[in-house]
Amino acid sequence: MSLSAKEKVIVKDFFAKVSSRSDEIGAEALARLIVVYPQTKSYFAHWKDLSPNGGPVRKHGITVMGGVYEAVSKIDDLAGGLLTLSELHAFVLRVDPVNFKILSHCIMVVLSMLFAEEFTPQIHVAVDKFLALVALALAEKYR
Amino acid sequence: MVEWTDFERATIQSIFSKMDYDDVGPAALSRCLVVYPWTQRYFGNFGNLYNAAAIQGNPMVAAHGKTVLRGLDRAVKNMDDIKATYAELSVLHSEKLRVDPDNFRLLADCLTIVVAARMGADFTADVQRAFQKFLAVVVSSLGRQYH
Repeated sequence: MSLSAKEKVIVKDFFAKVSSRSDEIGAEALARLIVVYPQTKSYFAHWKDLSPNGGPVRKHGITVMGGVYEAVSKIDDLAGGLLTLSELHAFVLRVDPVNFKILSHCIMVVLSMLFAEEFTPQIHVAVDKFLALVALALAEKYR
Repeated sequence: MVEWTDFERATIQSIFSKMDYDDVGPAALSRCLVVYPWTQRYFGNFGNLYNAAAIQGNPMVAAHGKTVLRGLDRAVKNMDDIKATYAELSVLHSEKLRVDPDNFRLLADCLTIVVAARMGADFTADVQRAFQKFLAVVVSSLGRQYH
């Protein structure tokens, strides 16, 4: 499964369009992750404040969304472009890759909420594919 | 037996009582067919599913979307025994329709996305959790009679 040229344009255009609210998207997506899928809290046991609207969660959501935007800029070579991030997730963070899928779903729910008109099925499928490919690139160094 | 909190019961009843089934059903099914194109395998006699525009304009898809959502209503009205409520439908999907039960999960995800779009900010994280828990029970019940 790979992105067609047309889909790459759709993804770049859409993320450019919503970039002014990227912090909000990231914060909200991560908050949802830990509320809707409480098992994901296991990765954040070192934070004192695990409340969804608290500082650490929102700040980290912004960081993660920054990573998504980095992936958009490297859309033509995700495996190569995300090598460092992959090493981080593989050797340091050791996040089970199943969670990438869950987070992708949360990101798309937030996109759908905030951009109901724009997040059409055509854009949804391109973004879904893109996030799946980002997840694959992040898992590249796992084994 | 699934345990529902008062918040979860109230949330599910509220979402579905405010929902326009004739809008959400077709939107969810057509989105599923676009986002997960392999699901089209079950709709060979639905005519033109050639591209996203065709799918979204297809009257048979729309009609079936309404059917599916009205089927979901049964679970909304029988939250304390969704398993029994869907026993017959599970057999139907397994024996007659031969639908891979993973498709129920895909449709549930698309339904979540559509409901999020309709509800906007009202689709809070707690509401999402309740909604997805409800759909997970439905999906599990529909897959229960497969053997």
